Amino acid sequence: MSGESGLGIKGSEPTSTRLVATLGLAGLLSGLIIVSVYEATLPTITEYKAKVLKEAVFKVLPGITSMRPLTYRDGKMVPAGGDEDEEDRVFGGYSADGHLVGYAIPSAGPGFQDTIRLLYGLLPVERKVVGMEILQSRETPGLGDKIYKDPAFVANFDALAIDPGIVTVKKGSRSAANEVDAITGATISSKAVVQIINRGNERWLKRLEDAPAAAAPVDAGGE
Amino acid sequence: MAGKKQQDVYQEFIKGLWRDNPVFVQVLGMCPMLAVTNSAINALAMGGATFFVLVASSFLVSSLKNWIPKQVRISTYIIIIATFVTVTDFTLEALVPEIHKELGAFIPLIVANCMILGRQEAFASRNTVKMAVVDALGMASGFLFALFSLGAVREILGEGALFGIRLFGADFEPWVIMILPPGGFLTLGLLLLFFNWIKERKDRLAERLAEGEFS
Repeated sequence: MSGESGLGIKGSEPTSTRLVATLGLAGLLSGLIIVSVYEATLPTITEYKAKVLKEAVFKVLPGITSMRPLTYRDGKMVPAGGDEDEEDRVFGGYSADGHLVGYAIPSAGPGFQDTIRLLYGLLPVERKVVGMEILQSRETPGLGDKIYKDPAFVANFDALAIDPGIVTVKKGSRSAANEVDAITGATISSKAVVQIINRGNERWLKRLEDAPAAAAPVDAGGE
Repeated sequence: MAGKKQQDVYQEFIKGLWRDNPVFVQVLGMCPMLAVTNSAINALAMGGATFFVLVASSFLVSSLKNWIPKQVRISTYIIIIATFVTVTDFTLEALVPEIHKELGAFIPLIVANCMILGRQEAFASRNTVKMAVVDALGMASGFLFALFSLGAVREILGEGALFGIRLFGADFEPWVIMILPPGGFLTLGLLLLFFNWIKERKDRLAERLAEGEFS
């Protein structure tokens, strides 16, 4: 066995300078490598996130052909500049003839395990939610993750009245337009989703009702 | 001579894969083992990430062993391991974002997988580059194999599927507990039992053979 040969220089104690230099050099090289890999992968990662968000907007607002990020400023909905917080941004969805169909609103809140981030489609005039898409969650596999894996639960949000506030009811007992069938075994996760949407409405509904609709983006692609 | 060398390489490799399997024999790396093996694909991704980190770290540590003063060796190993883990983290996020999302915080936690640091201290820092890489390949394959066994069993029982493909008819009621944390402990316990049983049988067989020779 070449047992002992490896470590350090035999017989002589290395000086402190050498120890510091070794670690410093290791840290420096490590930092250089990490920064270059970060720079190299960042465009792909950002692009993917933007793509996922865009697909979600089209999913929660059926029938739109273009979209643009909007923000609320001085009583008006204006095109977002890109430097707003995620909370201060919604997405306007437009039909082919340039009419505003509705808004896709991102909202977040505590779930059963961790923060749930979602996007939902809102028609402020009809006062209806027309779609919901979970963007991020760590709910229990097999139970809580049904908030996006169970089509029956997701379908609750396809035509949901928002007045006088969305409520969850026991599975199968949905009787009013503002009620959501909770998932058996995942009541907390179901309630969390509803609460997150209610919270998003609290923040945005008033603004969206009062503000004149921002114009459709010029290019049909809406990018 | 060459034949013996070949034998050594094979022995070092098989040691990690089977005889000293990091999970089933050494019981190391339990945190990722239990946390991300709720499906076969997650287990494979985690095993693959650990594979890369372990082999790359062992190679580098063994190459640099004469330049690293022993007083700061552990810190240097950790820096090396952490660098590879971070590189893996970014690469996975760019290449396979869906899987990266599932694995979440457990990719950065590979740094704390004691199996990896253990191999550097116990083997890579004391052996030639070639043997260090062979050892790392064996250990990493063993870890991957163990993760996959656990992931496959849990997904089959807990979801009635493998790699997302349903195996049973609609009548199958998924055994949800298997993909929850307790299912991880249950499956791991059963697998440990199974591998120890095999080992004991083998040992007893060898004993009987030895006795046979003497009588």
